[in-house]
Amino acid sequence: MAVEITGIAPSPAGRLTQLNGIYRKLRRLPIIPVVILTVVVLSGLTAPLISPHDPEKGNLQERHIPPFWYSPEYGIKTVVDRVTIDGRLTQIDLRKAKKVDPEAELGDKLEILTKPGGSARYILGSDSLGRDVLSRIIYGARISVIVAVVTLGIGGTFGVVVGLAAGWYGGWVDEVLMRLVDIKLSIPLILIALVLVITLGQSFGVILTVLAIFIWPRFARQVRGEVLQLKHSDYVALAKISGASTARIMFIHIFPGTINTLIVVATLQVGIVILLESTLSFLGAGVPPPTPAWGSMIAEGRDKLAGGIWWSSTFPGLAIMTTVVALNLLGDWLRDTLDPRLRQME
Amino acid sequence: MQKFLARRIVLAFVTLLSVSVIIFILGRVSGDPRHIYLDDYSTQEDWDRMGEVLGLDKPYWQQYGLFVSGAVRGDFGRSVKEGRPVMDVILERAPATLLLGFVAFSISLLVGVPLGILSAVTRGAMLDRFGKMVALIGQSAPPFWLGIMLMFLFAVKLRWVPPYGREDWNSILLPAITLGWYYAAANLRLIRSAMLDVLDSEYVKLARAKGVSNTGVILKHGLRNALIPPLTFAGVTLGALVTGSLVVETVFAWPGLGRLAVDALFAFDYPLLQGVVITFTLMYVTVAVLVDVLYAYVDPRIRYA
Repeated sequence: MAVEITGIAPSPAGRLTQLNGIYRKLRRLPIIPVVILTVVVLSGLTAPLISPHDPEKGNLQERHIPPFWYSPEYGIKTVVDRVTIDGRLTQIDLRKAKKVDPEAELGDKLEILTKPGGSARYILGSDSLGRDVLSRIIYGARISVIVAVVTLGIGGTFGVVVGLAAGWYGGWVDEVLMRLVDIKLSIPLILIALVLVITLGQSFGVILTVLAIFIWPRFARQVRGEVLQLKHSDYVALAKISGASTARIMFIHIFPGTINTLIVVATLQVGIVILLESTLSFLGAGVPPPTPAWGSMIAEGRDKLAGGIWWSSTFPGLAIMTTVVALNLLGDWLRDTLDPRLRQME
Repeated sequence: MQKFLARRIVLAFVTLLSVSVIIFILGRVSGDPRHIYLDDYSTQEDWDRMGEVLGLDKPYWQQYGLFVSGAVRGDFGRSVKEGRPVMDVILERAPATLLLGFVAFSISLLVGVPLGILSAVTRGAMLDRFGKMVALIGQSAPPFWLGIMLMFLFAVKLRWVPPYGREDWNSILLPAITLGWYYAAANLRLIRSAMLDVLDSEYVKLARAKGVSNTGVILKHGLRNALIPPLTFAGVTLGALVTGSLVVETVFAWPGLGRLAVDALFAFDYPLLQGVVITFTLMYVTVAVLVDVLYAYVDPRIRYA
């Protein structure tokens, strides 16, 4: 009796295991952080195209509109000749009543809109100048992305060059550098940044420079550590023997070896830069208004909180937190994947 | 050990000096201080006399010398805004900041350390995930926003505590929790990872093999060693608590040094600002040196290095 096996149809269970395997592999990838960061960067880049309103121009007649899920509230008010102080909530004067119902007369009881509801026009509500919160958050993403890219570019490059030099040359160069890093770690950062920005003039350039000043030491220290290890490796010695110049060894041979570490440090530093920028904005030393930055939006919305207008400061804060959470998760994942040794550094 | 300490102390002085240079230069860059003191009705003689009193007729390096020698004696001049010596204002405000910092630091320890231990012990379980959440929020949410949200929830909606100021004993709760959360998160992460390392070590396995109880292993063998990394971090923590007060005091209108600094800055009250910045830096470096001493005391590897 011949047993014919022409091919085994994958059993449903087998397919499930396969799917399960894919799911497990996917779970290890930082998908959610990457999606969040992509959304932030894309909305920053395409802000003028996708934001429903002008972020800086408000409509004073549409102030304090709640997010879309709020339904309007009505109250019964009596039409009177003149509203008394105590009767603000239960009375309405004739002139206003006529607008609602042209046939209103003194003594009538009318159903009046007391609190506007949310609408699709302002999905996340409007602030106290009648500006769309969502549009401002989208434009705020733009500011955060620019800040992150530029400070990382300037501060990172400077830090890398200094770190390479300190690690390679050692001696007094190293000593001076490391003491600078120590000093930076032991001064009240935000305070000095605040004083710098206010004194030198509150412009975008100054803010970016100040932020760059604050992040370079971390890069310098990390790169220096890497260089110290790499410079004794065989391939560097061979490059030296074959007559490569110092600059060539530093940038072509050693620098690529530090890139893994740099990616991790950069990701984690972006989170710090975003928090620092929003703190400066919050304290009034950020990008000058009316340009929307997340930090200053929170500051503006703060005064209205007691009146129950919670949305204009809550949403920008959520935007900051989500972005920084995503950066931290991605940074952790990159560290575990690219450079497990960094784990102990925290 | 002595060499280590000497280095730290020298570094502290260098730090103070560099901050004093920065703040002095910024004070001069921002314009002639006489513009703040004098008004449109002052005469040229007033202007010159003021210059002499403030030492503005001397070269810059002498002016800096005067500034430093004044600062060493605790004399930063008179506050423009308050019209009295800067030192008086600072001494009046300092206790509030120190109290806030102390309570926040205690919260960060009381929350961070136990949660860190529990997270490490129950690795991967619900509690560990909860700990991770707390840590992630603490490290990612801007403290000023966290403060505003807490204020909205507990002061505006629930009315459990006053929203701002310093009247009742419970007005300190919200600012201290806001300030402490970040450091609780940091402590939690540090303790957790140090604890995981220690629990995996040979001597812990030996202790378990000997029959030491689980609690005994965790508290005696584990925690004692796991405390070292957070302790190193404590210097940064305590120092940064001082700066964190800048933001939190602004949010909660807490009458401390942080708010004083922000107010002085926006009022262009330079003498006051210089005084506060130097005071903050002094607190910062003092704490750093103290923690280093403590650290060396706890960890023999440093003491005998």
